[in-house]
Amino acid sequence: MILWRAIAAAILFAGIPALLAGEIPPDARRSGYSFMGPDTRAMQDDDTSNPGMLFVLDGETLWRKKTGSADKSCADCHGDARSSMKGVAARYPAFDKALARPVTLDQRINLCRTNHQQATPLPYESRDILTLSAFVAHQSRGIAITAGEDPRLAPFVEQGRKLYLQREGQLNLACTNCHDDNFDKRLAGSPITQAQPTGYPLYRLEWQTLGSLERRLRSCMTGVRAQAYEYGAPELVALELYLMSRARGMPMETPAIRP
Amino acid sequence: MARSTVCIVATLASLALASHTRADGLVPYTIVGDGIADSLTGMPGDAARGRALVLARTTTCILCHSGPFPETRFQGDLAPDLSGAGTRWSTSQLRLRLVDASHFNPDTIMPSYYRTDGLVRVGRNFTGKPILSATEIEDIVAFLATLRD
Ligand code: HEC
Ligand code: HEC
Ligand code: HEC
Repeated sequence: MILWRAIAAAILFAGIPALLAGEIPPDARRSGYSFMGPDTRAMQDDDTSNPGMLFVLDGETLWRKKTGSADKSCADCHGDARSSMKGVAARYPAFDKALARPVTLDQRINLCRTNHQQATPLPYESRDILTLSAFVAHQSRGIAITAGEDPRLAPFVEQGRKLYLQREGQLNLACTNCHDDNFDKRLAGSPITQAQPTGYPLYRLEWQTLGSLERRLRSCMTGVRAQAYEYGAPELVALELYLMSRARGMPMETPAIRP
Repeated sequence: MARSTVCIVATLASLALASHTRADGLVPYTIVGDGIADSLTGMPGDAARGRALVLARTTTCILCHSGPFPETRFQGDLAPDLSGAGTRWSTSQLRLRLVDASHFNPDTIMPSYYRTDGLVRVGRNFTGKPILSATEIEDIVAFLATLRD
């Protein structure tokens, strides 16, 4: 989208430092929701037809369940998630002081399991981590994304941005080639979106289940025949952080539906 | 350091042993002007096989391109329609375009189908292999040449 580039450049020129060349300006950012057909939108809009809500409800049950050798539930420490977890997912991945690096929401939940519940960490992409994460992120639905504002995250956001711009794989394509330069076009008939990470974890009709943002990123990498980063790899966390900071100000939608 | 030494030794060895295949397993070709005049296999391609290849999702062309393919709705619009490609381009230009599209446009998103160098983080199942074989390139070139306005 040469036009966005021009607009972005013009804004940069005007002296607003937040926008990097090639980035989509705030008022032109569009969630994957706006690229979907009316039926899929309706499915997301109505909680009784949104299959992601079943995962959220399961997450709420887990939230209240005592576990681990500490025999504590999430609720024992965090109380009512509606207030304690409100807006939390909108600023993840967040900087962890002890680890001196950003952690994703899933990693944070697992840190609570190991450090505070004395329980084993839940495997990436397992049903339990997805439902807990969906329940926590659902408390941010409608709240504007603020991830990446912590200045300690700056080098990691930059790492993610570099990875986003890096061509890779046998097909030699970068994220930006599809999601900045060609959104609204069709790849073998399906619309390409701006890769806004607003709805995760989300229910993908193709997966027939809930999945994490990492799962989505790994499948884009596999699509260009690149070696996907392992779940939780620092590179994947950096990409996730960059995408979230690139979506600053957009409302969270968890649990979204995507085709 | 060690790696590049091994690499040079391997290259020298293969130069000495087999002058017809390169160290990367690709057959050598010569770019003249903006094309590759000679068939990569030394033989003409099969246009019917080429059409089937272009339509196959794993070949990836119609992820980006559309063309005269009434049998499928799943075509892309990231790239020009292939109809008339055989009128717009010579066979040798089409061959070079498939081998290395970046020759025509350094920023192109079109993959280079017969190249293994200069790539980053290639998936384990694909490392060291070009996207298409020399025979497949020739079949597709033969097919594209039939797409005349
Ligand atoms: C024993 C108390 C305790 C339990 C049980 C516990 N946590 Fe935590 N949690 C904390 C503390 C303390 C923090 C602050 C970070 C830290 O010190 O680990 C925290 C931080 C968090 C955060 C990040 C909040 C933010 O503002 O960044 C999330 C999300 C979270 N917990 C979710 C959970 C979930 C989900 C569970 C259940 C699986 C859980 N916690 C169980 C004590 C607990
Ligand atoms: C060849 C084009 C292409 C490339 C390159 C590509 N993707 Fe995608 N991506 C897609 C398509 C197609 C989809 C599914 C439809 C959509 O949401 O765009 C998708 C979906 C996504 C989504 C989901 C958006 C949502 O609404 O949930 C994210 C996030 C994403 N990609 C990020 C990335 C990242 C990060 C990279 C680089 C590692 C990347 N993509 C590389 C084509 C691509
Ligand atoms: C990732 C997208 C992409 C893929 C996959 C792709 N192309 Fe292209 N192709 C392009 C773009 C974009 C152009 C326009 C010129 C440029 O930017 O290089 C192009 C140009 C062409 C042209 C010249 C078009 C004209 O008539 O002016 C031909 C022929 C062509 N491609 C054939 C193919 C074939 C055959 C395949 C599969 C083996 C293929 N392409 C795969 C993106 C792609």
